[in-house]
Amino acid sequence: MKAAVVVFPGSNCDTDCFHALFDVMKMPVKFVWHKEGTLPDVDLVVLPGGFSYGDYLRTGAIARFSPVMEAVRQHAESGRAVIGICNGFQILLEAGFLPGAMLRNKTLSFICTHVWLRTENNATIFTGKLNPKELLRIPIAHGEGNYYCDDKTFKRLEDSNQIVFRYASESGETTDEFNPNGSRDNIAGIINAKGNVLGMMPHPERASESMLDSVDGRKIWESLVG
Amino acid sequence: MVQAPDRITPEIIAAHGITPEEYDRIVKILGREPNFTELGIFSVMWSEHCSYKNSKPILKLFPTEGPNLLVRAGEENAGIVDVGDGLAICFKIESHNHPSAVEPFQGAATGVGGILRDIFTMGARPILLMDSLRFGSLENAQTRRLLQGVVAGIAHYGNCIGVPTIGGEVYFDESYEGNPLVNAMCLGIVSKDGIIKGKASGVGNPVYYVGAATGRDGLGGAAFASRELTEESHEDRPAVQVGDPFMEKLLLEACLELLKTDALVGMQDMGAAGLTCSTCETASRGSAGIEIDITKVPRRETAMIPYEVMLSESQERMLIIAKKGKEHIVERIFEKWDLHAEKIGEVQEGHLMRVYDGPELVAEIPAKALADEGPIYRREENKPAYLTEAQHLDLRKISLPKDFNAVLKKMLDHPSIASKGWVYTQYDHMVRTDTVFYPGHDASLIRIKGTQKGIAVSTDCNSLYCYLDPFEGGKIAVAESARNVAASGARPLAITNCLNFGNPMTPDIFWQFHQCVEGMSTACRFFQTPVTGGNVSFYNESPMGAIQPTPTVGMVGLLDDIDDRVPSFFKSEGDIIFLLGNTLNEIGASHYLMLEHGLKKGLPPRLDLEREKALQMLMIEGAKARCLVSCHDLSEGGLAVALAECCIGQGKGIGANIEQIPLILGARHQKTNHAGSHHAAELRMDALYFGETQSRAIVSVKPEHKEYLIKLAQKHSVPVFQIGVVGGQTLVIGDLINLRVDEMAGIYQTAIPRRMSKISSRDA
Amino acid sequence: MYKATVNVTLKKSVLDPQGKTVLHALETLGFQGVKDVRVGKYFELAIDEEKREKAEEQVRAMCDKLLINPVIEDYSFKLNEA
Repeated sequence: MKAAVVVFPGSNCDTDCFHALFDVMKMPVKFVWHKEGTLPDVDLVVLPGGFSYGDYLRTGAIARFSPVMEAVRQHAESGRAVIGICNGFQILLEAGFLPGAMLRNKTLSFICTHVWLRTENNATIFTGKLNPKELLRIPIAHGEGNYYCDDKTFKRLEDSNQIVFRYASESGETTDEFNPNGSRDNIAGIINAKGNVLGMMPHPERASESMLDSVDGRKIWESLVG
Repeated sequence: MVQAPDRITPEIIAAHGITPEEYDRIVKILGREPNFTELGIFSVMWSEHCSYKNSKPILKLFPTEGPNLLVRAGEENAGIVDVGDGLAICFKIESHNHPSAVEPFQGAATGVGGILRDIFTMGARPILLMDSLRFGSLENAQTRRLLQGVVAGIAHYGNCIGVPTIGGEVYFDESYEGNPLVNAMCLGIVSKDGIIKGKASGVGNPVYYVGAATGRDGLGGAAFASRELTEESHEDRPAVQVGDPFMEKLLLEACLELLKTDALVGMQDMGAAGLTCSTCETASRGSAGIEIDITKVPRRETAMIPYEVMLSESQERMLIIAKKGKEHIVERIFEKWDLHAEKIGEVQEGHLMRVYDGPELVAEIPAKALADEGPIYRREENKPAYLTEAQHLDLRKISLPKDFNAVLKKMLDHPSIASKGWVYTQYDHMVRTDTVFYPGHDASLIRIKGTQKGIAVSTDCNSLYCYLDPFEGGKIAVAESARNVAASGARPLAITNCLNFGNPMTPDIFWQFHQCVEGMSTACRFFQTPVTGGNVSFYNESPMGAIQPTPTVGMVGLLDDIDDRVPSFFKSEGDIIFLLGNTLNEIGASHYLMLEHGLKKGLPPRLDLEREKALQMLMIEGAKARCLVSCHDLSEGGLAVALAECCIGQGKGIGANIEQIPLILGARHQKTNHAGSHHAAELRMDALYFGETQSRAIVSVKPEHKEYLIKLAQKHSVPVFQIGVVGGQTLVIGDLINLRVDEMAGIYQTAIPRRMSKISSRDA
Repeated sequence: MYKATVNVTLKKSVLDPQGKTVLHALETLGFQGVKDVRVGKYFELAIDEEKREKAEEQVRAMCDKLLINPVIEDYSFKLNEA
């Protein structure tokens, strides 16, 4: 499996994703500057976290117009994998790869902390190595991770099993108390209908080495490697 | 908007904070009267903020020599220390107090932006931020507004640029009411052969301006920082700049990319005194002349006069000196990052800084006269009268508390002692995936990818100690920060400091300043941790008076093997708990005395440098042998608070049973220390539980390492007491304390959020 | 030349955490008459265009393409000759 990490102006988890894939997972990885019109021949495209274009206007709103996004669209249409993490997820929403939008956290402040996630769908290419309802401890770090979609979209997501992760307690309860940002129905990550584009607010690249407190994020990379 | 006057009057000179003697000196340097632009240039370069005119003679006391120093204090924007593996680190702490008092969000944000530029201007990639913050009481709505704004501002800038804020400190004391302290520290890493100097050399080399356009914001900010805050300060809003972390991120990446080419000669950020400071300092360091044409300077406001362009403190701007013939490389890289590099001048023969406005020469000043030859004063000093009364403490008049559990709970609920989780969860403290110890540990720790090494950092200053005994307080600030770093297993390397004091023209204040620096220097010399640079912030006064002297120390330590690291908290059932170091009848200047008895009195604990060093050597050796499960130093709140913190930890928490209190009490009779004789022979129970005797730590070890630890302590001549065992859900300390860990954790973790939730609409 | 002023608000169906906080703040300050607060965004655009219809068309296109996110936001605008 080969991967590309897209670098937008203001991306700041690009090197972290590169490190997790290249140094930890031993995967061939290339950085791709957002002004590139094409992608190298890869199986996975990572849209990393950060503050592309300073989060000005709306998170991800300007990055979606970067030239590379057209290549990412073609990559996704060909059925290959795309993962958007944090700001990457926000870009995927703005670009229409995934339904819904992000609002400011209900606390109105930035939150950086470890949370528990409950795996809602382990039958995707990103979660194949996870057990049903498996709990993962992965950090979040965002100011706008409050996922919103209308009722119709929500029903569609639920009906077609597109909700992949929900914020939960350590024992798996998905009540309001364990919803850090006010996301609709504790949604932390969703996938497109085709099953090859995943967006998630938590940062698996920050939970890929034991020195960093948790290795649960590795299971996502391992699922992709197959 | 500034109007250029027809002629320079004594009133104009005075309004620029220039004394008649200084003016005479300017006339002598120039051989003529200065024009308005030149007067402005002199006024900012000779302000305390840029020239250190009031502090230089005292700062010379600091040791600045060390075996691993590649760049010493004062030579460049920040000192640089060799850490092996071909790598070096560069770090600095700086204040942004006054801007934060007036506009907390932008003041703090631009403070972070400024310190980041100081580091990447040296060619180093910033890898961590720390913040040392001080506010008035949280019971005050104004303080809550300031805390919320400052924390959000730091988060805004640091999170966006992607440098983790991994720790620091937050204290609350009424002396900071109306004059909060915001000290931001940054540390960067650079390959030894990639260090960039802030110098202009090579006649004909082009001088580029890169980054944000120049506006009237921050006009005279350096002068603003060099004045006391008054009721009218809030009217001075133009002096506060607005930060753009996105622009800075682009600048950072572009500059570091440029560094990899051979096109670069020198680089300097435009911080305080903006274009003025960066041009004359680079020329002075390069022993060259420099010429710029300000019509080429990108602007975002119209009709700016030369005075305004030269003195503006608009943020996110850099001055780049490139090699002639390599202009295309510079321009290509900045274009890639959607930045525009504008050539505004050239390096020249001679020693003059020449500023043109198109064809017209608007300033011509010898660069060295501005940058290095400003006036220096030895201010008058005088031991303050308050000390005699304040240092006196009659222990017999201090009654023992009836309920030690209640005292401990009160201390854990005090915002200065309580968990700072409310603060640091707003900071991205994990980005770059190098943060190994999160905020809340004695020292924050990051790894250096590609090596086995780790960097431990701690910022410390107990300003109450400095208020009651500035010399001892200064010593302890250094010792405590070194102890924190050593507790994680790292070897203290060097310090940076941010010296926050009141008005230096007041002899009492200057005496505090001198004494603190003496104390810090003594400790730095002893621990062989030289000072690599820092910042002086005077005039920290509000209408209520001066702040407590606050010389913040940022200590940096090196861990040769990251796997040797030692966390601060208890871990496993059955581990044996030891107290290292003797406990004396020292409750003077303690948080216990302040919180329980309402007294800011007495002498702070005495620091014995030999004992301190011995303890640190023990901790480092124990870590290397991988025999310490946890190690936590004792500070505010003494033994009881330290044990509570070890139990609460950062996860589920675990109890401890401290049965061997008599062991500590028994040691009193051996009279092994000099300070003991000052006090009653019997150790008071409040001193034992809450006293702040220095050079102590709590360690926990696996039962099989018990004998090793005792031998290790004996080897280093550190008193060692096996006081208890980790386990259960309760902290029991002798007969006087028995509290459930979850109850303590509840108090400790909610102390700040509970108070902040009282935020009224006015705050929001 | 036209000056366009664009007002962006969150859709009625979308919860506005900022608006809720401001409402609560106003209430604690004693402004009991306030029933709801929605926080929005405001743009000023200077448009170099001769014809009004052209300018309107442009503003609408800019809003649809970039300035607003139709999933969560609504907008209205005014056009004045500058």
